[in-house]
Amino acid sequence: MISPNKREEPLVYELSRPGRRGIQFPDPDVPRTKLPSSLLREDLNLPEITQLDAVRHFQRLSQLNHSIDSGFYPLGSCTMKYNPRVNEDAARIPGFLYTHPLQDTNTVQGSLALMHELQEWLKEIGGFAGVSLQPAAGAHGELSGILMIRAYHLARGDKGRRKILIPDSAHGTNPASTTMSGLELIELPSDKRGNVDVKVLRSACSENVAGLMITNPNTLGLFEEHIEEVVDIVHDCGGLIYGDGANMNALTGIVRPGDLGFDVMHYNLHKTFSTPHGGGGPGSGPVGVSERLMDFLPDPLVTIIEDSDEDEPPLYGFKTPPKTIGRMKAFNGQFGTLVRAYAYIRAHGGDGLRGNAEHAVLNANYLLSKVRDAYHLPFERTCLHEFVIEGRWRDVPNVHALDISKRLMDYGFHPPTNYFPLIVKEALMIEPTETESRETLDAFADALLEIAAAAHNNPDELRTAPQTTPVGRIDEVRAARNLVLCCHTQYPSNPDPSADPES
Amino acid sequence: MNWSAPDDRRYTETDEWIMIAGDTAKVGITDYAQDQLSDIVYVELPATGASFDTGDIIAIVESVKAAADVHMPLSGVVTEANRDLEDQPDKVNSDPHGDAWFIKVKLHHPSKIDALMDSEAYAHHCAARNN
Amino acid sequence: MLAACGVEDISDFFAIIPEKKRFPTLDLPEPLSEMEVLRELKELAESNADAEHHPCFLGAGAYHHYVPALVNHMLLRGEFLTAYTPYQPEVSQGTLQTMFEYQSMICALTGMEVANASHYDGATSAAEAVIMALKHFRGHRTKIVLSPTLHPQYSQVIYTYTQGMGIKTLAVNEPPDELDNLNTHIDEQTALVIMQYPNFLGELEDIENVAKASHDNGALLCVVTNPIAMGMLKPPGEYGADIVVGEGQPLGIPMSYGGPYLGFFATRQKLVRQMSGRLVGETLDVNGKPSYALTLTPREQHIRRDKATSNICTNQGLMATAAAIYLSVLGKQGLREVAELCFHKAHYASDCIDTLPGYSVRRERPFFLEFVLRCPAPVSEINAILFDDYGIIGGYDLGQDHDDLKNHMLLAVTEMNTRDDIDALVEALGAIK
Repeated sequence: MISPNKREEPLVYELSRPGRRGIQFPDPDVPRTKLPSSLLREDLNLPEITQLDAVRHFQRLSQLNHSIDSGFYPLGSCTMKYNPRVNEDAARIPGFLYTHPLQDTNTVQGSLALMHELQEWLKEIGGFAGVSLQPAAGAHGELSGILMIRAYHLARGDKGRRKILIPDSAHGTNPASTTMSGLELIELPSDKRGNVDVKVLRSACSENVAGLMITNPNTLGLFEEHIEEVVDIVHDCGGLIYGDGANMNALTGIVRPGDLGFDVMHYNLHKTFSTPHGGGGPGSGPVGVSERLMDFLPDPLVTIIEDSDEDEPPLYGFKTPPKTIGRMKAFNGQFGTLVRAYAYIRAHGGDGLRGNAEHAVLNANYLLSKVRDAYHLPFERTCLHEFVIEGRWRDVPNVHALDISKRLMDYGFHPPTNYFPLIVKEALMIEPTETESRETLDAFADALLEIAAAAHNNPDELRTAPQTTPVGRIDEVRAARNLVLCCHTQYPSNPDPSADPES
Repeated sequence: MNWSAPDDRRYTETDEWIMIAGDTAKVGITDYAQDQLSDIVYVELPATGASFDTGDIIAIVESVKAAADVHMPLSGVVTEANRDLEDQPDKVNSDPHGDAWFIKVKLHHPSKIDALMDSEAYAHHCAARNN
Repeated sequence: MLAACGVEDISDFFAIIPEKKRFPTLDLPEPLSEMEVLRELKELAESNADAEHHPCFLGAGAYHHYVPALVNHMLLRGEFLTAYTPYQPEVSQGTLQTMFEYQSMICALTGMEVANASHYDGATSAAEAVIMALKHFRGHRTKIVLSPTLHPQYSQVIYTYTQGMGIKTLAVNEPPDELDNLNTHIDEQTALVIMQYPNFLGELEDIENVAKASHDNGALLCVVTNPIAMGMLKPPGEYGADIVVGEGQPLGIPMSYGGPYLGFFATRQKLVRQMSGRLVGETLDVNGKPSYALTLTPREQHIRRDKATSNICTNQGLMATAAAIYLSVLGKQGLREVAELCFHKAHYASDCIDTLPGYSVRRERPFFLEFVLRCPAPVSEINAILFDDYGIIGGYDLGQDHDDLKNHMLLAVTEMNTRDDIDALVEALGAIK
C-alpha cells in the first residue's frame, strides 16, 4: 500500500546514486588537448542512474498517462485520431533521420522531393496557389499568416489597415498572434445560430481592416452558414481572410477553403493529418495562400530548379519568395513531422481523405444524438466533426463541467475539452474523430448518461472524482500560489539583479 | 446567488469598488469579481507614485482559470499599494471589500465619485449578467 | 447510425456547404498499402546522403551526436507518443513529471532557476526572449542588440517575429575581430542584448564582460548556448545571464533534416511571469500526494488571449521527453564525457589541418567543438571535392553570411567522428590546393 504522501514514481533525481551511469562512451582515440581550466564548470547537477533504472523510471511514468493508444480521447478541436505506426518507421528511415539541414541540396534530393510533393498535395487539399512548410505549429502558422496579411497591405502602400476582426468563439492563439504581429483586434459576436454576426461584421468592415480570422467549421463544430457572404464583405472592404485550419478534419475532400475565397490558412498536421501529439508537440503548421499572397510566404520554399527529363527526376532546391516575411524558424520546418504527414496522405489518397471527413462527421452526429437529451445543446444545428454541450444543469448548480470531466476519467475516458469556446458556459467540446468504432462511441455516450444521472442523484460521486486514476484531483491553485518549477535549488537568486522595470 | 455590495462605496461596470476616506480613496475589486475568478493565485500591483487616468489598467489579478485587468475607477496618483496581496493573494477571495484593498489613491477630481454606480445599481448590474 | 442522426445519406450532413464548391475531386495519387508507402519512402530516402554513411563535419546549429538506443524505444511508447498536452493532470502525470524533470535538468545545465517545457527551436526561443524583454520593460525600452556572432538564422527569425512591433533591432554587423565593440552599442534604450556561447564561429567569448555592460545600462542579457558544451563549461547563469536559450537537438534528437528540434528556455525566478511557454509545477493532490500540473497558465493564449505572453500553444513535448531521457541516461559523467570527446577530437582535427599548407585555423579565442578554417579555395568547391571524391560531408561555408569570411569553412567535430574519419578529412583537404 503506497503511502498517500509518496509520489507515484520517484523523481529521477531521487533515484540517483553517485558514480552510477547509464551508458559508457569510448576513450578518446585522439591525443588529448588541455582543457581551458578557467572556463570549466565545477559541478553539474544531473542524475546518476543505471540504464535499467532509466528504463523502469520512464516506463512507469509513461504508464501514468492516458493516450490515444490507451483509450478514447475526444478532445474537441484536437482531432485525436489514431497515429499510424508505419509513419514512425517512415520518419526514422536512416536516409531521412541522419541528414543535416544545411547539407548541399544535391545530397538531399529525397527529402526535398518529399517536401515538394507535400507542398503540392496540401495546395490541392486546401485549394491554394502556394504552400510553405516552415511553420512549426498552428499558432506559428497563424503568426506567419497575419504577418503576410500585414506585409501585403504595406506593400500596396496602405498603412492604415491595423485591425483584425476575430469572432468571440476563436481559439486564444488567434488574438495572441494578432498582438504579436503588432495589429489590434476587434472581437465579433456570434449570432444565435453560432455564426459570425453578419450585421456586425458589415459595420465593422472599413478601410482600417486588414482582415478577418475565421475558423470554419468554428469551435462549436458548426459550419458558417453565410461563409460566402462573409468572405465577400471582407474582400469588398479591402481586407483579406485568414482561415484557422484546426477543424479541417471535417472538410478534407468536402470543400476547399481556397475555393471559398480564403487568402491564407494554416494546416495542423498533428490534427488532420495524424502526426502524433507527443505530450504537447511537436506539431507542424504549414500555411497555404492564394495567388496574391504568394510573394510573401515564409523563407524558404522548396522548388524545382531543373525540370525532369526522360531519364532524370527533377532537381529540387530552395528559393526565397521575393517579398518574404522572413524566416519563421531555423532550418527546414518540422521535417520529421512532414514525413509522417506525407505517409498518411499517401495511404489515403483523395477519396480516403474525403471518407475520413465523412466518418468524422457521422461519428460526431451519432454521439450527439445519444447525449442531447441529457445535456443542453446551446446551438440547435447539425454539427460537423465536433459539438459543444453544456456541462451543467440549472437544477444542480454545484456540479460543473470540471466535475463531469473528472468523473469520465473513472470510466477510462479522457475528458473532452473544457471551458472552450468561451461563449458557451461550462462548455464540453467533444470530437470523436473517424478512427473510433461505434462500440466506443456507445460506451462513451453511456458514461455521459450515467454521469448525468449521478449529477442529479448522487453529485458527490462527481465532486470526489477521479477515484481510479494514479492521483486524485489535483490542487491547481496550490501549484500557482506556491511555485515549484524545479526540483533543486542549485542556483539561488542572482546577487546582482538586473534593472528595475520602473526605471 | 447573492454577492455583497456594501453601501459605503461606489462601483464601476468593470467590478472595481472605490471608497473615499478623508483625503485619499481606496480601490479594490468586488465580491462578484472574486467569485467569477475563483481562487486568486497572484496579484500584480502598480508602483507607488504612478499616475493613472480613468479606465487605465492599474493591476492584474490571476486565478487558475483566468486573468483579469483591474481598472482605475477615477483618475489619480497611487499613494500606496497593498503589498500584503503579493504574498497572500487569497485575501482577495476572503475579504475583497476590507483587507484586500489594492491601492490608495490621491484623486484628481474626488467629486466625480458621485457619477459611479451605488450599491443597489451595482447589485442589479451583477444580477443582469448572471443568468 | 445514420438513422440515429436523422439523415438518409452521409452527404446530407454537408448540405450546408455551398453547392458549387462541394465535393471537389482532389488530384492526389491513388492510395497505397502500408508496405507500398514504406517502399516508396525508402526509395526517396535512397537519394539522400546521410551521416551514417558519410562522415559529417557540418554543424552550424545542428549536430550529429550519438542517440542512446533506449531514447527511441521509450519515445515510441504509445503513452508518451500519443498523449496530448497535459491539461487534465490526473491522467497525464507521466508527461507532467517528465517535463518537470526536464525543466530541472535544463536549469542545472544553464545555471538558471526556472525553465519552461520547450519552444519550437533555438531560434524561436531567442525570439521569445526578445518578446519577454520588451514586456519586462513595459514598452519603455525598444532596442535590441544582437551580437555579430549570433547564428544568422536566429537573427533572421528575430527580425521576422518583431517586424510588427515597432522596435529597433540592431544586429551589430562588425567583423568578428571587433567583438569588443559590442558593448558600445548597449545603452539605456536597450531592453535586451543577445550573444552566443559558444558563438556561431564555435568560439568562447567573454560573457561576464557583456553581462556587466548590459546590467550597467539596466538591460537584460540573453545568452544562446549549446547544451553539450554545458556538460563541461561554466554555464551562462554563473556569469550573470538573465535568460539562457538554445537548441536542444544535441540532447538525444537526430538531425532529421532540420526538425523537429527543441528550443530550451531558462531564466531567473523573478522573471518567471514574463516567460512564455508551458510550465509544469509541483503540487499535491486531494490526498496529499505530490503530483504535477501545468501552472501559471493565465499567462498563456488560451486564457490571456490578446494579452498573452506569446501565442505558443503546441510546443515540442516529445523532444523534451527525449532530452530528459538522454540526460538521465548520460548523467553528469556521461555528458561531461561526450563534451570532452568533442573537444579533444575538434582540437586534434584543427591541429592536424593547421599544418597543411594553404589552410589556417582561426585562434582568436578558445573554441569548443567547432572552429573556423581559412581555405585555399572557395568552400563550395572544396566541399564538392570532399563529397564526390571522398564521400565526406564538409563544413559550413561562412562566406554566404559574411563577405570578409569568404573561403572560410566552419568545421564541427563530434564524438561520432572517429580518428580515421578525421585523418581521412585531413588527407583529403591536403590533396586540395
